[in-house]
Amino acid sequence: MNVTDLASHLEQRAAPSQPILEVRDLVTHFPVRNGVVKAVDGVSFTLHRGKTLCIVGESGSGKSVTARSILQIVDAPGRIVSGSIMLNRLDGSSVDLAGLNPRGREIRAVRGREIAMIFQEPMSSLSPVHTVGDQIMEVLRLHLKMSRKDARARCVELLTQVEIPKPDAAVDRYTFEFSGGMRQRVMIAMSLACNPSLLIADEPTTALDVTTQAEILDLIKRLQQQHGMAVMFITHDMGVVAEIADEVLVMHYGKIKESGPVDTIFHAPKDDYTRMLIGSVLKLEQKAEIRLRRPPIPEDALPVLQVRNLQMHFGSLKAPLKAVDDVSLDLKPGETLGIVGESGSGKTTMGRCLLRVYEPQGGVIDYRRTDGSVVDLLKADAQTLKACRREIRMIFQDPVGSLNPRMTVAQIVGEPLLVNGIAKGKELDDRVADLLSQVGLEPSWRERYPHAFSGGQRQRIGIARAISLNPRIIVADEATSALDVSVRSHVLDLMMNLQDRLGLSYVFISHDIGVIRYMCDRVAVMYRGTVVETGTAEQVCDAPRHAYTQALLSAIPRPDPRARSIHNRHRYTAA
Amino acid sequence: MTDTALASIDTKRLAVASQWQLVWWAFKRHRLAMVGLYITIFLYIIALVPGFFAINDPWQQNARAAFYPPQAIHLFDTAADGSWAIRPYIHPYVFKRDPQTLAAVYSEDKTRKSYVRFFGEGYEYKLLGLFSTTTHLIASENKAQPIFLLGADRLGRCVYSRIMQGAQISLSVGLVGVLLSLTIGVLLGGISGYYGGRIDFAVQRVVEFVLSLPSIPIWLALSAALPQDWPATLNYFMITLILSLTGWAQLARVVRGRFLSLRTEEFVTAARLDGASEGRVIFRHMLPSFASHIIASVSLAIPAMILAETSLSFLGLGLQPPTISWGVLLREAQNIRSIATAPWLFAPGVAVVIAVIALNFLGDGLRDAADPYNK
Repeated sequence: MNVTDLASHLEQRAAPSQPILEVRDLVTHFPVRNGVVKAVDGVSFTLHRGKTLCIVGESGSGKSVTARSILQIVDAPGRIVSGSIMLNRLDGSSVDLAGLNPRGREIRAVRGREIAMIFQEPMSSLSPVHTVGDQIMEVLRLHLKMSRKDARARCVELLTQVEIPKPDAAVDRYTFEFSGGMRQRVMIAMSLACNPSLLIADEPTTALDVTTQAEILDLIKRLQQQHGMAVMFITHDMGVVAEIADEVLVMHYGKIKESGPVDTIFHAPKDDYTRMLIGSVLKLEQKAEIRLRRPPIPEDALPVLQVRNLQMHFGSLKAPLKAVDDVSLDLKPGETLGIVGESGSGKTTMGRCLLRVYEPQGGVIDYRRTDGSVVDLLKADAQTLKACRREIRMIFQDPVGSLNPRMTVAQIVGEPLLVNGIAKGKELDDRVADLLSQVGLEPSWRERYPHAFSGGQRQRIGIARAISLNPRIIVADEATSALDVSVRSHVLDLMMNLQDRLGLSYVFISHDIGVIRYMCDRVAVMYRGTVVETGTAEQVCDAPRHAYTQALLSAIPRPDPRARSIHNRHRYTAA
Repeated sequence: MTDTALASIDTKRLAVASQWQLVWWAFKRHRLAMVGLYITIFLYIIALVPGFFAINDPWQQNARAAFYPPQAIHLFDTAADGSWAIRPYIHPYVFKRDPQTLAAVYSEDKTRKSYVRFFGEGYEYKLLGLFSTTTHLIASENKAQPIFLLGADRLGRCVYSRIMQGAQISLSVGLVGVLLSLTIGVLLGGISGYYGGRIDFAVQRVVEFVLSLPSIPIWLALSAALPQDWPATLNYFMITLILSLTGWAQLARVVRGRFLSLRTEEFVTAARLDGASEGRVIFRHMLPSFASHIIASVSLAIPAMILAETSLSFLGLGLQPPTISWGVLLREAQNIRSIATAPWLFAPGVAVVIAVIALNFLGDGLRDAADPYNK
């Protein structure tokens, strides 16, 4: 293929020269109130021109701090304790970045000019009060001493390179006029302004949708080949790693667990942690075992929840934003219905409408109660709605924001029981202890506050709160997307075990096809407020019918470096 | 000190640490705020029992001690034979009149010693308005020879004792005034933020109106309108009322903002879906989240109140003598002659500065520590 030829050509040219970056025994510490956090603990690696090094690890592994240490932009109070970071220039000179004064002139000359960095959140890295052109031109004028006119011409050229439509006009636009993907392109254009020899990308696609992510990854790859840059790519997503990496560095708690060529890491990992990491990623590539064993749900079972023509509009009456537009769904007892879609597709709003957190403008949500009677939740009075909300519960996305930090775990989990007058005093305490052990938490931890728990444990607390009232339906809104991949499958397994034991039906909202395939029986694909496709999980994930679903699936990076596929993706443009 | 203390907080204690414990730990790391806290506590103890800290009766006039200069306490008493002991004393001043200028001249009489006693007997005062007692922190052994630590004013009244007495009114005006504006502010701000819509619109317009009023002329007009013959206590309450009239608007805005941002928090939605009633959502789930913020803004509002009272009284429109407040005391320093002959009349101003700075440090520390979950 053309692409690889170009890469190997560059490699030949660069081969006799030394590596562009040599990091030796880098140690970065963060002093905290009860000691020192060794965020980076003796990390060594080398980076060659024209190559992509992926640093992969879960949250708290020190991958971002490693990248920031190179440019000496570690957040206070962190500091580099020891080690060397040798930057070798093409003219043969070298400099140890670790030895430079973080505020000195020398390191400032390196930042942006020789080593550029792009960040996860493009909005907060760009100034909202300056035009895109102003911000890129500032870099050019500062580092390259260009005249205003030259800088502007170069700026348009850069925006053309990152494929921003109508670059002449885009130069004078503000960042908030661009979408997330376009902003990230602007960031990349800015980082390329001075032709850096090394680009550090810190989770640049994490905040983006898969289709946008695929485009950004493509763009970085192409620019790397054009400019012969080295790229250091930090990510937690093994799929992205498999797609773009030449070399991989697996980090865990500040230490390197394993490093090597991407193919070796994925197909012959030596370290236990790497194996566990790859294993949990591959596990989410197929259906859960406990779901394969389960007998199928009878076709003729009466749906427990029936949504018809649901309409939820925001904003003015004249030009409403149709967040949910004519959605109809069925949820059978004991079933998991997946709702998949990109950001802005209306899946979260739809889920919240099911509990009437919002007041939908039109449609019917028929809920079949245990005695067989059917209630339309949209027309139910306050009393009935309260009773129904005991049977339809919700699990939230954000494990931090959904638990009141000022209440103990016992108070959080016991709150529904208390306010509904089901249990109090000693009985409440016993129920809470029982609920905690059901979700795999130590009952003796119930006097602790949420800040003492990790993300996965917090999500378990959220699940315990949801099942405390013996519900029949649980709406899980991105319940696992904030969790690390190794924790994700554990939480999903817990949810499926509870489903079988308590006879729950789930409405499982996610943007992650892997999680949907692993967990769900049926899937509805949402796009701009409407459901474009419904079907069994296998059918939707393996043989999608609708063009949007096909485009979505083709953009997902697969965790296998031998099957790189996203450059073969196709785009979907709505009619 | 704090570092070692914090290092000993192990993860187990952290796990079960409530919001207030976390706030306290964060606050303790703020050294200036801790200093502010100690000074504030000390000042309010003075305000509680000013008579104990005073030396002379603050209302007592003394014709022979007009513009008496401040006296320094000497700690080591050396006897004629060269032996010494720790026995604090002062040298009294001798009053003379300059034969040419007729100005009063005080000169220290080094031959005489007037001994100072701690927890000694002095004038009779009421402790907390309940018990009569004569014990003072500092007292003169010789009743006929009073001690003027910070000198005396034009009527020979002890400036130090008057500052102690004035602390009571000056510091409590801030407290009472802020409590009043807190009640109005939290109530209106809460209603405005929680219900939103038309109620929010109405309350916010009122807040804007109050904030647009030029506060100093309004205060002046209102306090000038108070009848001069009202008793001191009634006058005092009217002054606090006038001060808090404009103070609540800022607070109402803060509370409304917190309510608005909390309304969309997931844990509040969760509580509502749990079936919690509206009152429970507000008081059990939302209020604790910004209680610490309110305390912080209150502690920053108190010094503003103190300054307002001082300015009003200084201009002669606030509290009236014989009521003693720091502002009233500063009126003595209004004319150039007093300042030239007796610069110590500025001492109440120093007291105001100390109190305001200490409270500001305290408030800053509280504000920084108020949200231990947002790092």
